[in-house]
Amino acid sequence: MSQSHIDVRYVANLARLELTDEEVAVFQPQLEAILGHVDALTKVDVSGVADSEAGPLRLGRMRDDVPHESLPAEAMLRNAPDQAQGQIRVPKVVTDA
Amino acid sequence: MTLSSLRQQFLSGETTPAALLRQLAGDIAARDGTTGAYLSHDLETALAEAEKADLSLPLGGIPIGIKDNINVLGQPCTCGSRFLSENYTSPYDATVIRKLRAAGAIPFGRLNQDEFAMGSSTENSALQTTRNPVAPDRIPGGSSGGSAAAVADGTAIATLGSDTGGSIRQPASHCGVVGLKPSYGRVSRYGLVAFASSLDQIGPLTRSVEDAARILQAIAGHDPLDTTSLDEPVPDYVSGLEEGVAGLKLGVPKEYFGEGIDPGVRAKVEAAIQKLAAKGAEIVEISLPNTSHAVATYYIIAPAEASSNLSRFDGIRYGRRAANPSDILDLYKKSREQGFGPEVKRRIILGTYVLSSGYYDAYYGRAQKVRALIRRDFEDAFRHVDAIVSPVAPAPARRLGTCADDPLQEYLSDIFTLSANLAGIPGISVPCGVTDFDGGTNLPVGLQILGPHLGEATLLRVARAAEA
Repeated sequence: MSQSHIDVRYVANLARLELTDEEVAVFQPQLEAILGHVDALTKVDVSGVADSEAGPLRLGRMRDDVPHESLPAEAMLRNAPDQAQGQIRVPKVVTDA
Repeated sequence: MTLSSLRQQFLSGETTPAALLRQLAGDIAARDGTTGAYLSHDLETALAEAEKADLSLPLGGIPIGIKDNINVLGQPCTCGSRFLSENYTSPYDATVIRKLRAAGAIPFGRLNQDEFAMGSSTENSALQTTRNPVAPDRIPGGSSGGSAAAVADGTAIATLGSDTGGSIRQPASHCGVVGLKPSYGRVSRYGLVAFASSLDQIGPLTRSVEDAARILQAIAGHDPLDTTSLDEPVPDYVSGLEEGVAGLKLGVPKEYFGEGIDPGVRAKVEAAIQKLAAKGAEIVEISLPNTSHAVATYYIIAPAEASSNLSRFDGIRYGRRAANPSDILDLYKKSREQGFGPEVKRRIILGTYVLSSGYYDAYYGRAQKVRALIRRDFEDAFRHVDAIVSPVAPAPARRLGTCADDPLQEYLSDIFTLSANLAGIPGISVPCGVTDFDGGTNLPVGLQILGPHLGEATLLRVARAAEA
C-alpha cells in the first residue's frame, strides 16, 4: 500500500467509465487525498485476525433450490432502452472478418 | 401526529386514509417547492389503495414515503441519478414494500437522496436540491435527506430510508426526527438498489420512537429472496418501550467525545446522557479503540462493493443508453459517463482501484481484517454494557454548497455512524435538543444509541427513555 498515486484514466477504463480531461484533473488530487488517508491502515496490527474472521458477515438460510415463478419477460422488457421480438436489442458486437 | 393516534382517528371515523393523503398532497404542493424532499408522488394510485385499506391491520391506511432507491411496483426508482431518471419503472415490489402493504400501509411518494445513496448531504442528487426544513439554507443530511426532510416538514407521517454508513441516522439527526438503522440481516434488502451489500440496511424515519418500532415490526424478518436476511424470530418491539432504563448499563465511548466535536453538540449529548442517568441508567466509560480506523476501512469496503454493484448499470437492460456508440464497449463507457454524477464516478474508480490486481490484498484484504477488529471492539463492549450512547454527527447541519470540492472532509464527518454498519449492529438517532452553529440558530442535535446485533428491542427502549 503506502503509495497514493493512482492512474485515474487507466482505472476508469477498467471500470468502463469514459472520463473527460476535466474530470481526470479534478478526481486525481481528490482520490490521492483519499488514498493518503486510507494508507493509515498499513500501520494497524492485524496479525491477530484470522482470514476466516475477515470473511463475510453471518448469512441466513439458503432457500430451497426449487423452480419458482419469475417476473414475466414483458415486465423486464418494458425498461429496456431498445427491444425487438421479445429481446433486448444491442449494437453489433462482432465485426466482419 | 403519531401512527397510533392516526389509527385511532381512522377507526373512529374522525378522518380517513383518503382525506389524509389529500392533505399530504396539499402540504407537498404548499411547502415542498421549497424543501424539495419529494422527487415524485402518485396521489391517484395511493387513493385507489386507500379505498381498499384494511383499517384493522397494524398500519392500516397509513401512507409511508419511500426513498427513491426502493422498488415499488409501477413507480419510478431514480436513485437520485440521471441514469434511471427517465424510462425506468419498477417491475416489482421490494420485500419491505410487500410487508408494509401486508400491514395495511400505503407507499406514497418518492424521496430525494444522494445519487445511489453516496453522500451525507443529498447534494449529490443529480435531480434536485433538498433543503433542511428547520433551516432552509442548510443541508438535510444524507443520503436519505428527502426521507428525513419530509418527516420534519410534516409532508410525510413516516418514511423509509437506507443506511450504508449513517444515511438514515445522520439526516434524522440534522432534521430533528427519529431514524433507525436495523441490524444487518434484520430487514430484507430485496428490491433495494444495492450500494454496498455487506453494509446496506433499510429502516424507518419517523416522528417518534414508537412509530419507528411499529414500522420495524412490519418490515423485519427473514425473506427467502435475501440470503443475508436472518431466520431469527422477530420480537415485539412495541410492548417493552415504556420499561425505562433503570438497571441498564450504558457505555460512553471516550473515542466519540474527542477533538473535532462541536461544543454545542457535545453539551446536548452529554445532557441527554445525564437525563438517562437520572432515570436510573448506569453510565460507564468504555473504549472502542479501533474507532479511528473506521473511515479508512469504510472508504475501501463500501466503494469496492459499489464498483461491483454498479457494474449492472451498463446501458443494456434498463436506464440510460448513450446514442450512436461505435461498439459495445463504447456503449458501456458512454452510457456510464453520461448517466453517473461525480461522486458515483469517484467511488467506482476508488473501488475498482482497491480491488485491482496487485492492490487487492493491500487494500481490500487488509480493510476486511480491520473491519473484524472494529466488530470485536463492539462485541467486547457489549459484554459489559447494554447499549452505547454517543453523538450521531460531530456538528449540526452545515450550509448548502460548502463542501463540494473536498470529498475527504465530508467522509471524515461520518466517523460516528460508519462503525455500526461495519460491525452489523443496530443504531438509532433520537432528537436531543437544538444548538447554535456557524451562524445558524436552533439546529437539531441527535443522540445516537447503538445496541448489540439483533438488540433492537433494548435500543428502542433506551431511545424511548431519551425521547420522553
